[in-house]
Amino acid sequence: MPWGEFKDTAAERRLFQRRTLVALIVIMVMIGILVSRLYYLQILNHENFTTLSDKNRVQVQPIAPPRGLIYDRNGVLLAENRPVFSVTVVPERVPDMETTLAQLQQILDITEEDMARFQRRLGEYRRPFSPVPLSYDLDEREIAKMAVHRYELPGVEVDAELVRYYPYSNITAHALGYVGRINRDELRRIDPADYAGTNYIGKSGVERFYEEALHGKVGYQHVETNARGRTLRVLEHENPVPGDDLRLQLDIRLQKRAFELLKGRRGAIVAIEPETGGIIALASVPGFDANLFVTGIGVEAYRELSESIDKPLFNRALRGQYPPGSTIKPMLAFAGLDSGATDRDRTVWDPGYFQLTNGGRRYRDWKRSGHGWVNLKSAIAQSCDTYFYDLGMRMGVDVMHEYLDKFGFGKDATLDVSGAQSGLLPSEPWKRAVHNQPWYPGDSVNMSIGQGYVLSTPLQLATATALVANHGKWRQPRMLRDVVGADATEDVLPPETIPDVVAKNPRYWDDIVGDMEEVVHGRHGTARGIGRDAPYRFAGKSGTAQVFSLAEDEEYDADEVRERLRDHALFVGFAPSEDPKIAVAVIVENGGGGSSTAGPVARAMFDAWLLEFNAGEKTGQSDDKVAAKTEQDGADG
Amino acid sequence: MADRDYIRSSSSHTIGAPKGFMSSIHLDPVLLVLLLILLGSGLFVLYSGADSSVEMVKSQCARIGVAFVVMMVFAQLDPSVYRRWSPWLYGLGLIGLLAVLLVGVGAKGAQRWLSLPGLPRFQPSEFMKLAVPFMAAWYLSRHFLPPRLSRVGGSLFIVLLPMVLIVRQPDLGTALLVGLAGLFVIFFAGLSWKLLGAFFGMVAVAAPAMWFFVMRDYQKQRVLTLLDPESDPLGAGWNIIQSKTAIGSGGLSGKGWLLGTQSHLDFLPESHTDFIVAVLAEEFGFIGVLALLTLYFLIIARCLYIAVNAQDSFGRLVAGALTMTFFTYVFVNIGMVSGILPIVGVPLPLVSYGGTSIVTLMAGFGVMMSIHTHRRMITA
Repeated sequence: MPWGEFKDTAAERRLFQRRTLVALIVIMVMIGILVSRLYYLQILNHENFTTLSDKNRVQVQPIAPPRGLIYDRNGVLLAENRPVFSVTVVPERVPDMETTLAQLQQILDITEEDMARFQRRLGEYRRPFSPVPLSYDLDEREIAKMAVHRYELPGVEVDAELVRYYPYSNITAHALGYVGRINRDELRRIDPADYAGTNYIGKSGVERFYEEALHGKVGYQHVETNARGRTLRVLEHENPVPGDDLRLQLDIRLQKRAFELLKGRRGAIVAIEPETGGIIALASVPGFDANLFVTGIGVEAYRELSESIDKPLFNRALRGQYPPGSTIKPMLAFAGLDSGATDRDRTVWDPGYFQLTNGGRRYRDWKRSGHGWVNLKSAIAQSCDTYFYDLGMRMGVDVMHEYLDKFGFGKDATLDVSGAQSGLLPSEPWKRAVHNQPWYPGDSVNMSIGQGYVLSTPLQLATATALVANHGKWRQPRMLRDVVGADATEDVLPPETIPDVVAKNPRYWDDIVGDMEEVVHGRHGTARGIGRDAPYRFAGKSGTAQVFSLAEDEEYDADEVRERLRDHALFVGFAPSEDPKIAVAVIVENGGGGSSTAGPVARAMFDAWLLEFNAGEKTGQSDDKVAAKTEQDGADG
Repeated sequence: MADRDYIRSSSSHTIGAPKGFMSSIHLDPVLLVLLLILLGSGLFVLYSGADSSVEMVKSQCARIGVAFVVMMVFAQLDPSVYRRWSPWLYGLGLIGLLAVLLVGVGAKGAQRWLSLPGLPRFQPSEFMKLAVPFMAAWYLSRHFLPPRLSRVGGSLFIVLLPMVLIVRQPDLGTALLVGLAGLFVIFFAGLSWKLLGAFFGMVAVAAPAMWFFVMRDYQKQRVLTLLDPESDPLGAGWNIIQSKTAIGSGGLSGKGWLLGTQSHLDFLPESHTDFIVAVLAEEFGFIGVLALLTLYFLIIARCLYIAVNAQDSFGRLVAGALTMTFFTYVFVNIGMVSGILPIVGVPLPLVSYGGTSIVTLMAGFGVMMSIHTHRRMITA
């Protein structure tokens, strides 16, 4: 400090005191600001923040209802719920993601696909502290390994959820359908509250049709959680109502047998119990493992399935639309009798072809040499095309349409079969609308033997056959037998709407059934080979359908082409004929002759149902009578 | 120099110097009691904020113990010692800051620590919180006050030099706090209101420039989030929303000790460090926060009393500046937790868990006590 400078300490002190006063005022003002801010938050807005705080604290969590189980008619479990364990990661709690993932990779077998999906989801927006799934469906060894290593993997957790499992995978895939993860479209359709907590929904088949009943009612719990969403305690809760258990008409033994019978082939078998309309077997071969679809099938596996030339994903029984061929003849015969277009005694000369006009186009009979004189009975037994060409012309398209419609062709006559196709029942207005052409007489000729425009599914053929077995009494085909649960069966199953087919003379039914018996039991029956040693009488009709759907540019090797160009073999029938317990429709794709390929399959189905599974019921006692009747019919032929 | 102080003191109308035992060990009983109440009740809040962790309370106690020793040591030294050592301390601090930039260690992209062999790790910037006001006070008190313009310029240089070094670390928050401590000295020294007005004018101009050229993205984000926390409720806005919710739901008298749901259910972030006042507000309500603010105000008032009664300009300037710095911590922390200031990492003084801040603060209070208890006996 330089000498001589005068320091006024008193003035300095006063200056400092003034400054301190200013500072004190500033401090008080600022404390005032803080106090008023706190007053604003704690007193004025207390209510708001209390609500916010409670909302933070208490969360409503949905509890997913366990999905209803599905049984076959004998109580065999077809669809169950299995706990599935998956590994999830909460990124916020993982100290070092790279190391953790590397560690996890050593413990678990994480596919590249899973890893890529995980990385993608890490990048997407999500709520902090929400878990990101890494690997699904751990096996027990992996769960145990995770339990051992869990302490060294903070942020990694093993979550359990109930996931659908089909123990008979391949065999029931087409009959039951399957569930899968809810997609965007379905999300729009469903009530979000109802499906909170549920990740799966019925995608097809029974699972889809009875989704509402199987789903159940969601439950809730109010839980106190921390910011990480971890439940600390449950405050109150409302239990979910489990979905209804369903008992199907299906008999898994018969279903299995159907698959065995078509093993190595492509085709479909539909078996219906005529008395109830219950579908006891619904096989589309080859099948596929529905379990693959539940948690989401891999791209590679899906491509393999969808690009297979055997089309395992295609439900032939419900959606395969084939020309019914000669299997439609019994229904047309009934139409002929009932409409008066023909009678039992009228005969037609079959030279091996049919002409609309003399010298016109020849519509060939399958038998080049012709059947000679035929009446209705022999026309059905020998599957004479010429007789039916003539009958078709006599009835005309309108009458044929009217009667075939009554038998359920050209529409979906099922009660609860999701995805069943309607086939195609042509008519004059239809042809005009779709093809913009008049109905030519030749169209009627083709239609009369189930060719031309007519298409039907195996399920429709089985339904029409069951209707014949029932003598016109409609029992619309159904999957459901009864409901085991909160809802009554009547409430879940849609009501029947189709009126019975009433014959002008009830004897017509007996006639048709008798003619169909002749097919398998008669001396000249086309399928006499399969009826020869049967301990019961049954009725049937064979058919073949031409294949015309092979595109030229498809590349198959020569043998393959030859095989796949062969006709489809069809057979419909029911047994026993006097008290029908089972009606079946069989189609073997590229199987060749109906009576030689499809017929024995139908017979094996009858045997299985009547002799093996239902042995002792009614059929057994009438063995003698059946034998006697066979003798008598043989004499007739 | 001591004799000059004596002369200056004698010419003023100083009230009687403190007597008694406490004075003989150079502690101010009033300040001591207030600090003990604050530290003690702080431990209770900490226990709740740290999720009933006895471990944390223990380690906080240990830290308080160390801080108390530091305070007592600082109280024993005569203020003239601080004054004489000021330039050296300041120089040492500058070397430390330079060393941090060259060989410092740190985390999250910032170098703040200096790790010297044989010494515990320390932050030179923390040291500068005391050294800068000392240096500014030393510089200004060498001539009579109010300072001339040239000396104001000189003192500004003293303040800005370490600030620049700290900003480079980068640690904008600490730089501002260190700078503020120095500016408070200049204010108390009698900076003319005109210059003060000009200074605020410059700040007003500089703020937009800072926004565009100095502030980093995460710092801008904090300001933006403050203006509209709802814009990012799960990201940067989460902290503010949750702490406001904690405070607001506390109401008049709070939810009760250990019963705050926001903090105990982990909704409140940093509930034992920077956001501890939200725990207090939630569990003890408006009344609790008022009590806390009252306690702080009493401490500040006592410190200002000490400042006014200091015997020389150096003591006055240092005491006044340290007091204002202390209040700044309180205001910034509570302001940020209650959502009127952006989130900067400023702990609640003497209550928040951990850090070197407690030691620095208590050292400052030691200096206060030294100033108050080393006054010469007047026999005028």
